[in-house]
Amino acid sequence: MLNYQTILMGVKMEGKLGTRAFLQGSEACVEAALIAGCRFFAGYPISPANEIAEHMAVRLPRVGGIFLQMEDELASIGAVVGAGWCGVKAMTATSGPGFSLMQETIGWAFMTETPCVVVDVQRVGPGTGQATKCAQGDVMQARWGTHGDYMAISLCPNSVQEIFELTIRAFNLAEKYRTPVTLLTDETTVHLREHLVIPPLESIEIVNRKKPKAGEQMFFGLESVAPMPSIGEGFNVAVTGSTHDERGVRFTADPIVHRRVIEAINNKIRKNVDDIVEVESYNIEDCRVGIVAYGITSRAIYEAVEEAEKRRVKVGYVRLKTLWPFPEKPVQKLAENAEKIIVPEMNLGQIVNEVKRVAGCSAEVVPLNKIGGGELITPEEILGKILEG
Amino acid sequence: MSEGFSPSNYLRPGLRFPFCPGCGLYVLSDTFLRAVYELGYSDFRKFCFVSGIGCSSWIPSPYYLADSVHTLHGRSIPVATSIKLLRPDLHVVVFGGDGDIVGIGMGHFIHAARRNTDILVIMGNNMIYGMTGGQVAPTTPLKVRTTTTPYGSFEHPLDAARLAAVAGANYSARWTTAHSKELKECFKKALQMDGFRFVEVVSQCPTAYGRRAGFKDIGEMLKWFRENAILVAEAEKMGEEELENKIVVGEFVQRKRLTLMESVYAVLKEAAQKDA
Repeated sequence: MLNYQTILMGVKMEGKLGTRAFLQGSEACVEAALIAGCRFFAGYPISPANEIAEHMAVRLPRVGGIFLQMEDELASIGAVVGAGWCGVKAMTATSGPGFSLMQETIGWAFMTETPCVVVDVQRVGPGTGQATKCAQGDVMQARWGTHGDYMAISLCPNSVQEIFELTIRAFNLAEKYRTPVTLLTDETTVHLREHLVIPPLESIEIVNRKKPKAGEQMFFGLESVAPMPSIGEGFNVAVTGSTHDERGVRFTADPIVHRRVIEAINNKIRKNVDDIVEVESYNIEDCRVGIVAYGITSRAIYEAVEEAEKRRVKVGYVRLKTLWPFPEKPVQKLAENAEKIIVPEMNLGQIVNEVKRVAGCSAEVVPLNKIGGGELITPEEILGKILEG
Repeated sequence: MSEGFSPSNYLRPGLRFPFCPGCGLYVLSDTFLRAVYELGYSDFRKFCFVSGIGCSSWIPSPYYLADSVHTLHGRSIPVATSIKLLRPDLHVVVFGGDGDIVGIGMGHFIHAARRNTDILVIMGNNMIYGMTGGQVAPTTPLKVRTTTTPYGSFEHPLDAARLAAVAGANYSARWTTAHSKELKECFKKALQMDGFRFVEVVSQCPTAYGRRAGFKDIGEMLKWFRENAILVAEAEKMGEEELENKIVVGEFVQRKRLTLMESVYAVLKEAAQKDA
């Protein structure tokens, strides 16, 4: 029998990856996860996320990691959280319906402060919707999918290159802040095949969770992010999704203990928003029209902006690479300068309400929505909105 | 055998079990600790406990001085699965109630038995949802009155121990809290085996079950366990009607099927050789 140490230490990636590659989004996600140190994956078949599990099934055992196909999404995310408590970086991949099924356990991961990565490849919903078609309807589910008070982290890539980069970032943020992180992608981005530049491995920043020193007993509910012991290290750690004190001892009715732990796990994210938020912005200080876009939809804004500039309309944009916590500062800046802000989304309006909240009265916020059949929002449609009024 | 045994060696200092007076879970936990002691473990360094939601799930969490993971309702088994695969050197023991393991957690239970996942699942079966106040469970006998079956339960109860055996477990047994001697030996045997091991412990809940089902006191409940317990071998000779309201006790299966851990690590070995 192999020693479990071989898993924990992993195996070095091949040097040939330090070059250009032509990969599908799903493949880039898997390679990035392995580079980030992911050594456990559990999932359940669902379109359009299957390619990620299939690549993982091939790749993980080659680097000493474990792949499991579980009986459902509840089991998948449960196994992922269990792996986290063994000191192993773990992830799962799913789509809207599976993401819904996972929500209770994602809440448990927030409460137990367990690092893990959930890839949600968005498809048309609600219900079964259109299983193989692109959508962006899970934005609010990623923020508020589970009950109670928590701060979610969601990253939203718009290319194969960015799937690669944000997958690594998702693991790093999960480890740094001891929290679940959602990579909120979509059918089209994950199925794109594009050139990808994989930097030399030694130049990629990899973050690992803070470990406790011998004798330490405070493993939960610290704003500074508590150190995380692993099972089998002799810390006798008590992990629970019930309200608990810093040692992990359950308090099922005490209001003070509840406020303390919940405020701490919220503040550890809230007070580090500037570290977590990443956007791509353009002309936000000098524009008449603004755009706030994310994910696959944001690929259409570049051409729209170019065409608008040819018509002497000054356009600025904020492209959200971090969706949650919501990038308030750059959007606020955009709202101060632009007369109107267009928010294209493949849903009937989710992020637009965040933009309205942040913009207040300083800019008119105009939704641009499209749903069904996986039809993308085109540059022409965005240009039309820019030139309107 | 239990000379020198002290439960305090295994319990987190400063805490006390929260169970009602007369609860069968005291016997269940004490019997388990004695089994652990008799196998030569003076502490829980080689153990990890995983549990769900319900009274039985509170046994290890946080009361055992050990690593314990208190999961959501019904989700202990998948969490235990990854823990065992990533820490094969530990005994991974799941504690749960009947509602947790074979109500809401049924899917995981059957699949873990099918996979022959190398964990020991101990199910305290009190035939009721006790923590939530006494609602009917998948294990409640026919015609018993509960808060949600005020006219008597109209569903057949589940035979969890037999189900585990059929689904592929390496070991499955059932005893009651009136059989602590047999139960202790059963725990010892299960802890020394690989693969999926299931021990169902029929346990009295005087508060949420006994009171409404018409038992005067705990003694009456234990008497019911003793008098209605039928060994597996005897039960096989009896008809379905004769077995109604009986508690079949003993071992339902004991075998050496290929386990999940053996299979997963064989795959890892094969994959590693591909690169070599």
